[in-house]
Amino acid sequence: MKVLVAVKRVIDYNVKIRVKADHSDVDLTNVKMAMNPFCEIAVEEAVRLKEKGVATEVVAVTVGPKAAQEQLRTALALGADRAIHIETDERAESLAVAKLLAKVVEEEQPGLVVLGKQAIDTDNNQTGQMLAALTGLPQGTFASEVAVDGDKVNVTREIDGGLQTIALTLPAIVTTDLRLNEPRYAKLPDIMKAKKKPLDVKTPADYGIEVASKVSLLKVESPAERKGGVKVASVDELIDKLKNEAKVL
Amino acid sequence: MSILVLADLHEGQLAGATAHVVAAAQAIGGDIDVLVAGEGVQAAAEAAAKLDGVSKVRVADNAVYAHQLAEPMGALLVELADGYTHVLASASTTGKNVLPRLAALKDVSQLSDVIAVDSADTFKRPIYAGNAIATVKSDDALKVITVRSTGFDAVGTSGSATIETVDVVVDNSQSSFVKEELAQSDRPELGGAKVVISGGRGMGNGENFKLLDGIADKLGAAIGASRAAVDAGFVPNDMQVGQTGKIVAPDLYIAVGISGAIQHLAGMKDSKVIVAINKDDEAPIFQVADYGLVGDLFEILPELESKL
Ligand SMILES: Cc1cc2nc3c(=O)[nH]c(=O)nc-3n(C[C@H](O)[C@H](O)[C@H](O)COP(=O)(O)OP(=O)(O)OC[C@H]3O[C@@H](n4cnc5c(N)ncnc54)[C@H](O)[C@@H]3O)c2cc1C
Ligand SMILES: Cc1cc2nc3c(=O)[nH]c(=O)nc-3n(C[C@H](O)[C@H](O)[C@H](O)COP(=O)(O)OP(=O)(O)OC[C@H]3O[C@@H](n4cnc5c(N)ncnc54)[C@H](O)[C@@H]3O)c2cc1C
Repeated sequence: MKVLVAVKRVIDYNVKIRVKADHSDVDLTNVKMAMNPFCEIAVEEAVRLKEKGVATEVVAVTVGPKAAQEQLRTALALGADRAIHIETDERAESLAVAKLLAKVVEEEQPGLVVLGKQAIDTDNNQTGQMLAALTGLPQGTFASEVAVDGDKVNVTREIDGGLQTIALTLPAIVTTDLRLNEPRYAKLPDIMKAKKKPLDVKTPADYGIEVASKVSLLKVESPAERKGGVKVASVDELIDKLKNEAKVL
Repeated sequence: MSILVLADLHEGQLAGATAHVVAAAQAIGGDIDVLVAGEGVQAAAEAAAKLDGVSKVRVADNAVYAHQLAEPMGALLVELADGYTHVLASASTTGKNVLPRLAALKDVSQLSDVIAVDSADTFKRPIYAGNAIATVKSDDALKVITVRSTGFDAVGTSGSATIETVDVVVDNSQSSFVKEELAQSDRPELGGAKVVISGGRGMGNGENFKLLDGIADKLGAAIGASRAAVDAGFVPNDMQVGQTGKIVAPDLYIAVGISGAIQHLAGMKDSKVIVAINKDDEAPIFQVADYGLVGDLFEILPELESKL
């Protein structure tokens, strides 16, 4: 079974972003970029499936600017066998990404597609679900456990009330949640080897997909800043403040 | 304008979030219908009919919609969406699971986690863990939107909408329900609680979370946790507050043994009053806390409980 993994280049999760002075967008100049943490979990899951002998090949795909090849190389260093870069400098929204990924699914015919549940920049949490709808494949989102069993996969999902397990027919789409696994770090020899692994470059036009969307970004603002308050010296003072100043008790 | 709201259910009952989504629909303006889909959901439909501002409740009660699995729910919405200008759902795990399918099948974008309505086509939503607020305009014919409950006050329950049966039954041979392990608790739901007390890695282990119980009992609080506490297995995943967990905005949020990483702050910084209890006086949580108490939680919590 072939496993396809979608990875996205985003700001490093430790970076606190700033809004541009003209409010046109957030300022990403010279900001440290990395693979979306949920995508790292997706790559790890795919690689583990290969190590278990369930998967035969792991293909990583990204949609984004040239620099996004760094994240593909990371995926290759972590154990993916080859990579596909769909290069665009346009702002590719979830729907466009899902349409492109659907074309890749059509071409590659994977048994399983693994994506992150959300990208930590736009926090959309949509792409996997859209891909499932477009390909007509079943989805297991927010996965904390994925168990392939013959022509089925059982997915345990982190839902608001707790955990839910569903069974899906394969091929299927899975999106990862935090507890699915703990991603490994790439080792230096693997990083070197990754440089020689195949990486195909395509464009959205190759797939006949337009990236433009009907959603426009009018403005980006900073949220209301919260001011730090005071330190209290004792439990008594805390209770007094909560009762008499904040009036929440 | 004509708006369809997908009702959120919890164990077959109407979840509190729906009243917030209806409030967002009111802010957009127009006729508001609520779709209640599931199996054995008559009581939920009746509860939805009481929500202020709702004209009609549409009920799809069939075994294929049990547990609101994504595939049949998406197919149902596609059948029903014609004639509506907007389809809204709560940004719950159900709304997030189902709505993007509708959007994709209608070839429109989805706006996730909307926190404010500027007009019928322009909305505000947080991006980058809430460190920026984007104003976005959608020119799609159908607007598909998930709503963050904390952005809108719940509507009242003095309505009397009509209830109508939806006969649409879809096929689903691709996904099936296996089991659910739902947290059982007499405490209020995290998303709707007026007071939330959360523990972090500083709690040390799951057993120590009991130190929060007595305080939560006295305050009628829900109990939450940081990701670190969930990852370490102290408490289950449904308690995680943060960018990738639950978003809360109670009147009072008490963070105990939580450092205040941006991902955690993203889930609670809109709380009215924040209290932080931490032994490290430089912990970033103090930068957002209205009241900070520096000290050992193992001494502070029992004292707090006894003095409340
Ligand atoms: C208001 C707004 C502002 C934006 N500003 C910018 C900007 O300044 N610069 C910019 O480059 N983009 C920008 N975008 C586009 C955005 O970064 C995303 O590319 C797009 O929204 C899709 O990702 P997502 O966050 O919706 O994915 P989600 O649905 O949250 O991601 C889930 C998963 O889908 C997969 N996935 C998502 N995107 C890709 C991808 N490109 N390639 C492969 N797999 C993927 C990953 O597995 C990911 O974990 C903006 C979008 C919006 C709505
Ligand atoms: C993709 C991604 C998504 C994430 N999503 C979330 C999310 O949704 N929610 C979330 O919370 N995190 C999230 N995180 C994790 C986040 O970055 C932090 O790692 C996490 O919030 C830290 O949890 P903590 O504050 O409990 O632990 P720590 O940072 O380890 O802090 C523990 C604190 O406890 C204090 N302490 C220890 N002992 C005592 C004592 N005896 N008395 C008093 N104080 C004590 C310490 O001083 C310290 O400040 C995410 C991370 C990533 C990469």
